[in-house]
Amino acid sequence: MNLERLFQRKSTIAFLMALPLILIITLLVVYPAGYAIHLSTLNKSMERFVGFGNFEFLFGRETFWMVVKQSVIFAVTAVIFKAFIGFVVAHFVHNIPSKGQRKWRGMLLVPWVIPPAMSTLAWLWLFDPSYSAFNWLLAKFGVAAIPWTGETDWARFSVILVNIWIGAPFFMIMYLAALKSVPDQLFEAASIDGANWWQRIWYITLPMMRNIISITVLFSLIVTFANFDIVRVLTAGGPVDTTHVFATWAFKIGIEGGDIPLGATVSLFMVPILGVAAVMILRDINKRGNEA
Amino acid sequence: MSETTASLPTLSYGSMSRDRKRALWWSYFFLIVFAIFFLTPPIYMMVTSLKTSAEISAATSPWIVQSPTLQNYVGLLTDSVFLRFFRNSAVVSVIVVIITMLVSVLAAFALARMKFWGSATLATGVFLTYLIPETLLFIPLFKMFAWVKETVGIELINQWWVLILLYPTLTVPFCTWIMIGYFSSIPKELDEAALIDGATWFQTLTRIFIPVAIPGIIAATIFAFTVSWAQFLYPLAFTTSAEELVLPVGIISTLIKGDVFNWGQIMAGALLGAAPPLIIYAFLMDYYIAGLTAGATKG
Repeated sequence: MNLERLFQRKSTIAFLMALPLILIITLLVVYPAGYAIHLSTLNKSMERFVGFGNFEFLFGRETFWMVVKQSVIFAVTAVIFKAFIGFVVAHFVHNIPSKGQRKWRGMLLVPWVIPPAMSTLAWLWLFDPSYSAFNWLLAKFGVAAIPWTGETDWARFSVILVNIWIGAPFFMIMYLAALKSVPDQLFEAASIDGANWWQRIWYITLPMMRNIISITVLFSLIVTFANFDIVRVLTAGGPVDTTHVFATWAFKIGIEGGDIPLGATVSLFMVPILGVAAVMILRDINKRGNEA
Repeated sequence: MSETTASLPTLSYGSMSRDRKRALWWSYFFLIVFAIFFLTPPIYMMVTSLKTSAEISAATSPWIVQSPTLQNYVGLLTDSVFLRFFRNSAVVSVIVVIITMLVSVLAAFALARMKFWGSATLATGVFLTYLIPETLLFIPLFKMFAWVKETVGIELINQWWVLILLYPTLTVPFCTWIMIGYFSSIPKELDEAALIDGATWFQTLTRIFIPVAIPGIIAATIFAFTVSWAQFLYPLAFTTSAEELVLPVGIISTLIKGDVFNWGQIMAGALLGAAPPLIIYAFLMDYYIAGLTAGATKG
């Protein structure tokens, strides 16, 4: 009896301790997320229920489909390159003697540490239409000036480049941590058996790192797909809306354009891909939880 | 692949070390290439920030400073508007860090050790909320703030302190997640012994769990600070007048003035804005990295 009361008290205390967390999450994350769905069913002045009216309106607009395409291209291309560059750099860092690794790792993570809005400013200045330092270098080699943010294709390239620059170091750090956990004996055994470097990567490193790679890629896919800072600072969606991703377009429509329901509708299109990635991450975590 | 394993090459020791040496040489070569790629923007920021406007618009090499000057830094650090941005950022970030750590350490302890009805679901839910990006929430939040203004009469738009309410949504889930990981790795015998000796749950937390999990707490604190310091979307959406802005938005919306590009000062401002996270990183790199990798490795 006494024990039972103690048990009850313990769970009450525990609930109270978790209460601030529960409040923050419900009031400022879960509720707004649900509210976004409600908003998307209203007209611009938010007085009338329009059902799927906003969705139908978007489906009929060419800009919307361009934003869908650009968001997917942006996220997929950037994540592939980030994952690849991160993997390669992690290997190079892992290859050198361990006393130098700290220094290199420290240097190579700098892009991730600088606030993205600030480092994108540096890129904006590097890409400046008249004073671009890259174009100055290219001119030395006789290459014509590149309109980094001025023409659609180059602007799309530029926002992806900046995203890769910021995100690749994160992959590098994750992979490096994973590489450290691969037992050296495996590589020694493989090289005694005459495996070349490619075979060692394909048959040892990749399978051993599979978990980390998949979770990092999924996580990065979510973050990149929902990215706002880079596109906003570098091109603000231009030229003529061609570099907008969902987040920046939703901001333009919802906050700057004052059409809150339509903006909310645009941002909701991020949910399906985020949902898929989240489910896959959760499955992975549960699986590992069961193994442990 | 059996052919390759079957045809064992006869490796002499010399050739192996020669291979090693070549691999090492290539590693350094590519590391230098990548370091140039990764460090060019911050170095260029630094170079530009040391130039006068006249030198920037001159036809000299953009990569070299002819006559370095600190006037851009002096100009910013004596400008009351810029100092206001800095102050806003610092106050918001520090308060958010304190709130975050209080909330997430308490919650993580309850979720990792005390278990209550629905605690396992809540732990998963915490992780899920971490995956909900702020780009999905800012529009409904904007409308919710307008509703608060209509019903209660408190103006939430264009107030710097509102960011203190918003940023914990970005920091608390991940920090709780990290702390659950650290707390779970503490052996159960430790707190059981303390409880048998008559310690309360709160004493167990403050006397045993917090001291043991100090590395995790430092990592989570760094994470919370850097996220708050770097946040760009919420202040851009919710604050507009100069005295309410935090650093990233302040630099972008006040220093970039139409066509009169004042790039020396913009770069100096951006570097000053990047300085606090960079300094923390320089001194506490291992904790910073522990926080980064904790999310995936401590599942």
